[in-house]
Amino acid sequence: MISEEQNFMRKIEAEEKIEPKDWMPDQYRKNLIRQISQHAHSEVIGMQPEGNYITRAPSLRRKAVLISKVQDEAGHGLYLYSAAETLGISRAEMIEQLQSGKAKYSSIFNYPVLTWADIAAIGWLVDGAAIVNQVSLQRTSYGPYSRGMIRICKEESFHQRQGYEAMLSLAKGSAGQKAMAQDALNRFYWPALMMFGPHDSESAHSQKSMEWKIKRETNDDLRQKFIDQTVEQIEVLGLDHPDKGIKWNEERGHYDSSDLNWDEFWSVINGNGHCNRQRVEHHVAAHDEGEWVRDAITAYNSKKNNKKNANQTKQVA
Amino acid sequence: MSEAIKAATLEYATRLGDDSVVLGHRISEWISYGPFLEEDIAYGNVSLDYIGRARMFYTYAAELANDGRDEDDFAYMRNDREYRNLLLMEMPKGDFAYSQVRQLFADVYYTYLLPELLQSKDETLSAIAAKAIKETKYHLRRSRDWVLRLGDGTEESHQRAQKAVDALWGYTHELFDMDETEQLLADAGIGVDVSKLHDAWLAKVSEILTEATLTIPEDEWAVRGGRIGYHTENLGHMLTEMQIVHRSFPGCKW
Repeated sequence: MISEEQNFMRKIEAEEKIEPKDWMPDQYRKNLIRQISQHAHSEVIGMQPEGNYITRAPSLRRKAVLISKVQDEAGHGLYLYSAAETLGISRAEMIEQLQSGKAKYSSIFNYPVLTWADIAAIGWLVDGAAIVNQVSLQRTSYGPYSRGMIRICKEESFHQRQGYEAMLSLAKGSAGQKAMAQDALNRFYWPALMMFGPHDSESAHSQKSMEWKIKRETNDDLRQKFIDQTVEQIEVLGLDHPDKGIKWNEERGHYDSSDLNWDEFWSVINGNGHCNRQRVEHHVAAHDEGEWVRDAITAYNSKKNNKKNANQTKQVA
Repeated sequence: MSEAIKAATLEYATRLGDDSVVLGHRISEWISYGPFLEEDIAYGNVSLDYIGRARMFYTYAAELANDGRDEDDFAYMRNDREYRNLLLMEMPKGDFAYSQVRQLFADVYYTYLLPELLQSKDETLSAIAAKAIKETKYHLRRSRDWVLRLGDGTEESHQRAQKAVDALWGYTHELFDMDETEQLLADAGIGVDVSKLHDAWLAKVSEILTEATLTIPEDEWAVRGGRIGYHTENLGHMLTEMQIVHRSFPGCKW
């Protein structure tokens, strides 16, 4: 008879999904909780920079599209929290970890959203980078996560198209709009590349996660895909590529590009971005302000239950 | 359509569009500030419904005006003195109880207004009402549930809900005011005679507030002026924020 661990590895190798009630190594569970909750927190924190422009969206159509998008992010946060809950952690615990700084969220949201073009750039580049990663995660070994990703990818690709289309309107618009678009591209291009994480050689969790097929492609491979697909998109917009070192490499069949500013990457991850404190404070403030509302629901439900029980007792008597 | 009726209908569609965009904007201010994630989603939904209504009313107004303006010109290029929304809609979001009580007042109002508008001889107004009726059913279910839970929840939630009812009550009276424009349209079978909705509104709101263990305020004060552009100080700030990007790039497409 084979051991539980051998059976687990057999499933992984056979591309069978691991389901919540299946045996799994503790570290597999931990890695998944870390990755899924980080992903959920990113969706939830991501509502802030984009929500920041809902009240200022420049047309009613753009306002409606942006509200829908932020609403989708909230929905993604919900699926992902639920997926993580199948691993034995509660939403309340995850929120506590987010607020205490124990759990991370994507560093991209620690960059400030300053202009309307930033909203377009986020849809195009940030959702675009997220999709490259998430498409590969549709094949992740954990069933609930994989199914969540399939659903989320559909909506994200819609966001990406909307973002690009909004960017196109700006790039083909007035000189002022075009300048705003270029500025947003210049600021968000590099942080978008950083979303794929450190170089493979520097990535603490990568190796085991690849072996267990939690991650299916390496950070550097995914980043390369994104770099390659973005070159032509920038050309179509008629904007300048922010990377002066971008150059087609015939031999590799990929674009060569300049190295990222890794000092900035680690600095933002370690709390020194423009908005790290603001994002968490906003989340804490909304959560704390909502406490009396949550208490009211609990009190109301328990009153109703008491009443129901009393009525039932009466009927029985 | 006679010129007088046409002008009145343009004014009427603009008023209804203003109510929708202003309330939709206020609701949207809650997104990422709700008490839990599900509420952020719900706020998004309700806000989207109102922004959608605003677009339909303004598009119709633009069609009647036929002067090259579009929905965004109505929303973004008029100032607070030109806006014709009811004051209730422009009040700041306040706390969660304040927003839910305002929503209840508005939802009950639309519950009675929209079926009347559905009967309008004007096909466009009737079609907009047909779509909005379905949304309002869901909105009312939600705001009613919340007012019940807050009113009959904890001591704190009860106090906050009562405070909101008292603070907003004086802004509800103008919901039922008629003027010449609306009377002309009501007589023509195009607009709704809102003065006839007051009893039903009061009965429904009273029923819900009573079930929520809340007290219906004595009629002591009433503030009016939305339909003549005599607003509270809040609207100017709201429009400043809403219109800043649009107006900073004159004549641009987005």
